Amino acid sequence: MGDFGDATELALTLIFRGDATLYAIIALSLWVSAFAVGIAILIGLPAGAALAIYSFPGRRTLVILVNSLLGLPPVLVGLAGYLLLSRAGPLGRFGLLYTPGAMVLVQAVLTTPIVVAIVHRAAQEQWAKHGDAFQVAGATGFQIIPHLLLIARRQVLTAVLAALGRAISEVGAIVIVGGNIAGVTRTMTTTIMLETSKGNLPLALALGLVLIMISILLNGIAFALADRKDVK
Amino acid sequence: MTRFLLAALILCALVLFVGQRLARAEDKFVTLASTTSVDNSGLLTHILPLFKQASGIDVHVVALGTGQALDVARRGDADLVLVHDPDAEQKFIDEGHGVNRREIAWNDFIIVGPGADPAKLKGGRDVVAAFKSIWSANAPFVSRGDKSGTDALEKRLWKAADLDITKAGAWYKDIGGGMGAALNAAAGMDAYTLSDRGTWLSFNNRRDLAILLEGDARLINRYDVIELSPKLHGQAKLALAKQFADWLASLAGQQAIGDYELAGQKLFHPEADKKP
Repeated sequence: MGDFGDATELALTLIFRGDATLYAIIALSLWVSAFAVGIAILIGLPAGAALAIYSFPGRRTLVILVNSLLGLPPVLVGLAGYLLLSRAGPLGRFGLLYTPGAMVLVQAVLTTPIVVAIVHRAAQEQWAKHGDAFQVAGATGFQIIPHLLLIARRQVLTAVLAALGRAISEVGAIVIVGGNIAGVTRTMTTTIMLETSKGNLPLALALGLVLIMISILLNGIAFALADRKDVK
Repeated sequence: MTRFLLAALILCALVLFVGQRLARAEDKFVTLASTTSVDNSGLLTHILPLFKQASGIDVHVVALGTGQALDVARRGDADLVLVHDPDAEQKFIDEGHGVNRREIAWNDFIIVGPGADPAKLKGGRDVVAAFKSIWSANAPFVSRGDKSGTDALEKRLWKAADLDITKAGAWYKDIGGGMGAALNAAAGMDAYTLSDRGTWLSFNNRRDLAILLEGDARLINRYDVIELSPKLHGQAKLALAKQFADWLASLAGQQAIGDYELAGQKLFHPEADKKP
């Protein structure tokens, strides 16, 4: 227990000491994750709902595929991202490799299936309950999808938080396309990896605790907002 | 309404943040693919601000094993390399990727191992004899196995000892990781491992590990900076990269390298220091 006690103390010291480097690292982690999840939401919410209400040949296969992508190994996404974004790769001329943009991209790939899969499952349930009513009213897909997402908002929130959790805790993909460059692409998780390799285990553990505290804070805020909305 | 304002506020903050990042990305910088030892040991953190002061150029360091660093440069993803594997470097130059190799620092490799020292290396100076003792004692040995400079030297030493490492027993642990990972593994399982001195001196999880062998001339560890050939790498920031390489080799750069100390110990010698 000694290790963890010391790490907790160190974590609190780190937070309240006001270390600019640490704050920059936390900020980078947050905004990269936020952007990635933003993209995942933009794609995932409509796609998940559409998968539930439209039936077309190959839908079942698509659903199975999306759910399988939940197990996508981050290191593989990182490697594919590296090969695509590398100067010698097809997207090389954009010069995205070793930038935060590259990290946003791979994390969007990792988190989109999460949003699609969870939203699809939730929308499917609501569609089974309310689908007839929508059809009687003669609503089009564009009108149905926002309604369906609104009805299923609790599960939608779960989807977003799950995606955010994956993004902010992920290291395998971003370290390959980001390069863990100090002050540019160094995030919470890549710092933890680096400090572990330097044998600074208490510091690495403390940074891990800081990451967990941030997660708790984000989830707390999200749930507080959601509850207020439901009371109204 | 309050929620709308909050959302708008958050959005503004995000946009500002991204704008700032993008603006920063336009600053002058070069991407250096370096071996992990010069980065993890704190050397680059020590000297890069001095270079920035002298030149206004930022250096983005991607720290990898030497093999991987050279591969990244081959693909055009770095503007220059700082590595430590003479054979792999020669190949890189022969292939036409690299030009103008310059030694800019050196230190040495050491064998670290558990205090109990089952292969009885302590006090010896002959690294090949030491490898033979580890083999005959079947003493746990952690190998990087990652085509880094250190890994390449380790493989050369087994060969020099006339031992075929593919036939080693379970005592030989190929972890496929960086120097820090290898030291963590060696500390965890009381094993021997070959380390560069810089990483060892800056490593903080030694537990029972100690230096057991040092001082063999075959353990000299030279760090070279190599620029990229304009023929194959026209897109790289060759002029800025050359400025950095020149600075490393200059009096100011050499002084900065020689001045770097950790807990009162020098980690790297400038190129001109006499080798044993």
